[in-house]
Amino acid sequence: MVGPDSDATTGSGALRRGRGGRARPPIFLAAALLAFAVSSSAQAVLDPREMLPDPAQEARAREIGRGLRCLVCQNQSIDDSNAELARDLRRIVRERIAAGDTDEEVVRFVVDRYGEFVLLKPPLNAMTIALWASPAVLFGLGALSAWLYLRRRRPAPGAPAELSAEERARLKGLLTE
Amino acid sequence: MIPELGHYALVLALMLAGVQAIVTFLGARLGEARGAMLMAAGPSTAIAQAAFVALAFFCLMWSYAVSDFSVANVAQNSHSLKPMLYKLTGTWGNHEGSMVLWVLILALCGALVALFGGNLPATLRARVLGVLALVSVGFLLFILFTSNPFERLWPIPEDGRDLNPLLQDPGLAFHPPFLYLGYVGTAVAFAFACAALLEGRVDAAWGRWVRPWTLFAWCALTVGIGLGSWWAYYELGWGGFWFWDPVENASLMPWFLATALLHSAIVVEKREALKVWTILLAILTFSLSLLGTFLVRSGILNSVHAFANDPDRGVFILALLFVTVGASLALYAWRAPALAPQGVFAPISREGSLILNNLLLATLCAVVFVGTLYPLFADLMWGAKITVGPPFFNAATFPLFFALLFAMGVGPLLPWKRGDLWAALARLKLAFGAVAAFVVVYVAAIDRSLLPLLGFALALWLVLAAATDFADRIRLGSVSLAESWRRARGLPRGIVGGIIAHAAVGITVAGIAGKGIAPERITLMQPGETTTIAGYVIRFEGTRPVSGPNWTGLEGRLVALSGDREIAVLTPQRRHYPVARMGTTEAAIRTSGFADLYAVIGETAENGATVVRLHYNPLAPWIWAGTILMSLGGVVSLTDRRLRVGVPARRRTPAAAAVAAE
Amino acid sequence: MTSRRLLYVLPLVLLAAAGAGFWAMLTGMQRGSFDPRGVPSALIGRPAPAFTLPALEGSGKPGLSSEDIRAAAREGPVLVNFFASWCIPCLVEHPNLMRLAAEGVAVFGINYRAGGRDDPGAVEWLRRHGDPYRRIGVDHGGRVAIDFGTYGVPETFLIDREGIIRWRMAGPITDQVLADELRPLLRRYR
Repeated sequence: MVGPDSDATTGSGALRRGRGGRARPPIFLAAALLAFAVSSSAQAVLDPREMLPDPAQEARAREIGRGLRCLVCQNQSIDDSNAELARDLRRIVRERIAAGDTDEEVVRFVVDRYGEFVLLKPPLNAMTIALWASPAVLFGLGALSAWLYLRRRRPAPGAPAELSAEERARLKGLLTE
Repeated sequence: MIPELGHYALVLALMLAGVQAIVTFLGARLGEARGAMLMAAGPSTAIAQAAFVALAFFCLMWSYAVSDFSVANVAQNSHSLKPMLYKLTGTWGNHEGSMVLWVLILALCGALVALFGGNLPATLRARVLGVLALVSVGFLLFILFTSNPFERLWPIPEDGRDLNPLLQDPGLAFHPPFLYLGYVGTAVAFAFACAALLEGRVDAAWGRWVRPWTLFAWCALTVGIGLGSWWAYYELGWGGFWFWDPVENASLMPWFLATALLHSAIVVEKREALKVWTILLAILTFSLSLLGTFLVRSGILNSVHAFANDPDRGVFILALLFVTVGASLALYAWRAPALAPQGVFAPISREGSLILNNLLLATLCAVVFVGTLYPLFADLMWGAKITVGPPFFNAATFPLFFALLFAMGVGPLLPWKRGDLWAALARLKLAFGAVAAFVVVYVAAIDRSLLPLLGFALALWLVLAAATDFADRIRLGSVSLAESWRRARGLPRGIVGGIIAHAAVGITVAGIAGKGIAPERITLMQPGETTTIAGYVIRFEGTRPVSGPNWTGLEGRLVALSGDREIAVLTPQRRHYPVARMGTTEAAIRTSGFADLYAVIGETAENGATVVRLHYNPLAPWIWAGTILMSLGGVVSLTDRRLRVGVPARRRTPAAAAVAAE
Repeated sequence: MTSRRLLYVLPLVLLAAAGAGFWAMLTGMQRGSFDPRGVPSALIGRPAPAFTLPALEGSGKPGLSSEDIRAAAREGPVLVNFFASWCIPCLVEHPNLMRLAAEGVAVFGINYRAGGRDDPGAVEWLRRHGDPYRRIGVDHGGRVAIDFGTYGVPETFLIDREGIIRWRMAGPITDQVLADELRPLLRRYR
């Protein structure tokens, strides 16, 4: 399934959880989203009135926005979301930029308040080193085993045992086909 | 009465599945001769089981069709004012109903194996049916104990709570059935793998039997993922099509492995090599399908999916997953070492290229797996909340994708057993030349950002390489056209399907790359004002209220002009569904086949100024055209008579002739 | 040969590890010790942010600043509650806030107005359901809410005598939350 951006979807999830009637303590998010679901709709349209007059600064703001997670809609950046919190965050990002903050300072401003959870790109540190190393490590392990396998399967011309095995395989192939 | 009938049918189906498992395994254990009677009972129980699950499913659908709100499931997910189509599709738009659909497809697959598996060795067919029956038992127990769709409600509510409006859409209504077809199709490959391990025998014939099922699952999964992404594109309102959402990833992981399995099964069939790996792939592909089910329905994942989440259900699915996958992997650890590989080949060969394909696809799958589950892992280990979002997935998968796309062009040109890489590359020199020329022109005339350029170049490369493969096979140019035509008609469908699918990947990649250079414009427009995007003038003509059976909304009217000529009228909407208390955005898309003009409206201020968001997405429709073409390629392969499920053993001779012609 | 044999067992071992992990998560979710959705506040252990907010017109209560909170906190732990009249879960916790206020706990309100939204019903809402707040600040534009790292409403922060944020509840303070979490904390920081 595709991850819906919309607060609306989250809202419905929340509604459903809420309606489930099970005696579980209400999850915070469900509750908060319930509130949000009523208050906003699924439009993901950035309001041009929010934009900075300087196109270079606006481009920076959008780039930063794309890297920050919209907290109430979970799997969406604040740039894509129309939740009110996302809107406020977008505005604050633009204010900080207009005030002369660097991109790092703007991001730190948000992380100071919301934690590293807001970063769609997890920072490289002791905790995430395994994550960032995983593609290379996994590919390396896979390549190593593929190479070992290929080495064993390589034909050795002249070695009678191997040749006959190959012939057997071909024979068998011909028979089944 | 109808819901009770459905409930009763489910219970009967459960019992039949139990009987099916017992008779088939016992029969296979007794052997071909002594167990014949027992094994013969397998197919009929499989068909009966499918019939009862189908009955249950139609009872549920009936309850939806007549809006029987005494059924809790219907009351929670339907509404009397909803259009009939969405009443029906609402049957699987919720957790319980979708599980019934899941089991229905599983049972139907079992029935198909029963009906058309006449050419399989008796014990193998019995064991395949047995494994499928065990999976059925697990899921039927799950439905009956934790997710009964036929539960009654008292007092009966006057009306329902309506289906999530985002699901009231043709794209999403038919997205789940295709995904389930895909997931469940992998269950058949899984059953074949387990059966082969039990038999202790994996040979070329096994590779041939398992391929159509994998192909079938792969086609369905491809369509399912494509539909989901298409829906996201037009419904979510900012033109994105893939978000690396955990739930999307859950469907992408089995797709990667199914694709790998599709290719490694060829090696088993042709060369009797890679057997142990292929078995493992078949097991893992289904395991990941189960994992997806678990993640979506247990509430563990930090995703916003509409299914009600419940840890109790999670525990049940986890147990189911653990037993199913654990048993098969234990079987694998026990029996797989005895499966001796036979084929011998050089690293540079078709086999070698298919191993590279498997390596890259398996790594892609593993990377997506790690990225999707890492936040959970970090939370469990260190109590830390982190997010792994699109920036990680893009950075981690793009290099692998690029390598895969390049290798896809060369691999099919390598001969079996021992190949000459330079000879294969030399055959592609025309393709190389065309791609190089394209790159020069593109950089000079269109755009310089690296990723879209790489995407377009690789897309062109793939299409040209597929064309080269086809031209070489029909000896285009070196023999007369009539002879080429004769050869083209004589090409095995499996080969043709592969060529189509590879070229289709190129088409999809071109569409994705096109998104990388798509311009966008967000403005506040008064009625009568104009703006421009990608050479078009767009005139905003205001908004008007509109309404549907269960929604009200606002519709904007935008006229696209090319010069003075009116070329399109775009009417994006914002809808509000009062019962579900949700809003949706309906984007207006005008496509030329080569590009999409995409419009969404946002809020309207008091003075009538409306926020308008416009995108011009070059080649965007190709993303989904490519996915459809990919699965068409799969379907063409599926019609290859060597793969046809129902080909009786005695009709193999003409098929062998087709192989010889290859 | 044995090491090759081990290779075949590897997938099973990995499955066991993954299974154990998922099991730990699920049981943790059921016990409430593991919540994959909730996110802890980044402000715990840090001083409350500085702010000055205007009063809610018509409520008859003065506006709210961080100075007011610090002054009240010298007497004992303080609650800062973000609320809005359109927020349904706020109604769930409202009786508990009333009870705490009646017991003498300093409860300060911040009327949440994110995304440029107004909350015209706030005064009427407080009149109808009771007003537990000593002071009420109106957070136009949700800026203070962001300084506090809130997601929405309701959210409640517990601030100790030193002006340090000790606890954050995102979501309503239900009877259970009140009894299991908030009351022990109020005792501890008294």
